[in-house]
Amino acid sequence: MKTYDEINERIASGRAVVVTAEEVIDYVDSRGLERSAAEIDVVTTATFGPMCSSGCFLNFGHSTPRIRMTEAWIDDVAVYTGVAAVDVYLGATELRHNDPANMDYPGRFEFGGGHVIERLVAGKALQLFALSYGTSDYPRREIRTWFTIRDLNQAIMVNPRNCYQNYNVAVNASDKRIYTYMGLLEPNLANCTYCSAGQLSPLLNDPFYETIGIGTAVWLAGARGHVYAEGTQHAPSCRRTDEGLPTEGGGTLALTADMKEMRPEFVRGVSLPGYGVSLALGIAIPIPILDAEVLRRTTVRDRDIRAPVVDYSRDYPEMTGRTLGHVTYEELRSGEVRIEGRRVKVGSLSSYHAARRCAHLLREEVRAGRFPLAPPLRPLPREQGMQGLRITGEPR
Amino acid sequence: MITRKLFLRFPKCETEKPIVYHLVKDYNLIINIFRAKVTANEEGYLVLDVTGREEDIDRGMDFVRSFQVTIDPVNKGVRWDPQRCTHCGNCISHCPTHALHIVDPASREIGFQEELCIECLNCLENCPFGACSSAF
Ligand code: SF4
Ligand code: SF4
Repeated sequence: MKTYDEINERIASGRAVVVTAEEVIDYVDSRGLERSAAEIDVVTTATFGPMCSSGCFLNFGHSTPRIRMTEAWIDDVAVYTGVAAVDVYLGATELRHNDPANMDYPGRFEFGGGHVIERLVAGKALQLFALSYGTSDYPRREIRTWFTIRDLNQAIMVNPRNCYQNYNVAVNASDKRIYTYMGLLEPNLANCTYCSAGQLSPLLNDPFYETIGIGTAVWLAGARGHVYAEGTQHAPSCRRTDEGLPTEGGGTLALTADMKEMRPEFVRGVSLPGYGVSLALGIAIPIPILDAEVLRRTTVRDRDIRAPVVDYSRDYPEMTGRTLGHVTYEELRSGEVRIEGRRVKVGSLSSYHAARRCAHLLREEVRAGRFPLAPPLRPLPREQGMQGLRITGEPR
Repeated sequence: MITRKLFLRFPKCETEKPIVYHLVKDYNLIINIFRAKVTANEEGYLVLDVTGREEDIDRGMDFVRSFQVTIDPVNKGVRWDPQRCTHCGNCISHCPTHALHIVDPASREIGFQEELCIECLNCLENCPFGACSSAF
């Protein structure tokens, strides 16, 4: 048994034993659980993939004379101005003004909110254009200017849903191509796409949210951030394996961090033909090894984690709840899986390679004493489902 | 017999000559055209494999050059930018020849073997991160 304080003391002294959620598997295999639990202080978990529910609040500071922005665009991508005068919210999935979307199907969606966020974090010069109706105290009615992230007072990422605990494997059982947020799916189960870091993924290494809770310090694309709430659609009361690993979406996290501290390689705009734009993020979360049970859960392997196979031509859009069975991440990583008796080629939208880099970078931060852990202020809900939207013609 | 993958650039005026015909007929070369964009009054491009004896290929290329067609040793029809690639692996199931492939199963690092690329352009459409692009 160790406490957060003891672990933080070891981190501060630069003596903490830190391994990644991949390295811990062999470590525990060779030294045994009890001995490893006494030795290891922190296991770093990570993920990298598109997280559509990402966005940020930006504060521009006041111009002379002042403007209270009522409509605004950054690099031609609309931002939300229904907040204070020169605060705006920029969302990852916003399309560029005049994007033809799917009018010429499939649309290419080469640039949108996610790409603006990528350019912002990369320190590029962006163009702001804003309009207003003008008031006595905010007389300016139009502004057009170039800026970089350094010119902003605040650039704070606020992502209501990141780090899905587990995720669907998308297939297409119809006889036509479909374009989805899981990429191009060829007809008749010709290919499938998954999106999870599997054995490295934060919430698969802490399936019951014993250490990751509201207030937990996270490494969000290189910046020290926090879990600020349960993620939207957090649904811990999902189907699970005997070991407690979700076999569907499960839990999610709401994360925030300062974009000025982020590393551009882990903040990347995403274009999905026929679907739209998004943002991919690299996230790493440290797990304190408080006892042997917490450690044991971090030794989860790809072969233990099962993902549901979902038909995105019918079952996903129609919310039927049907799955075409489950496959493990070990099977997925082999490049080919069997679904309904067919051999299906596998692609992925998440990057294990990038997730691994995030886990390594956080490991180095913790080892160097630069990343103290923050105990949760409040646990995440451990029991709750998720409801659909009922469409009614009258108020209830 | 050897095979070389070539990137030919045609100047505006020479696009009407049956160059490929002569390569086959006069130089005994086997030609496999991957992709061509040859439009009257515009600069044209041709990406192809030529297979034959080395001296026949060399002579054939001298013949091609006599039309002011340039053989670009550096340019590739399809380019993969390792700086932009996140190694997500979405292209893997769409690349028919394994030109885009997993280099190391442990790290899931992706690599691009240009000689295997048949320029189908699937990866251009399917790379979410814009790592693949075309010269034309
Ligand atoms: S889809 Fe693009 S980013 Fe992903 S591995 Fe292939 S080339 Fe790299
Ligand atoms: S163009 Fe086609 S063959 Fe070449 S790398 Fe891309 S997907 Fe593979």
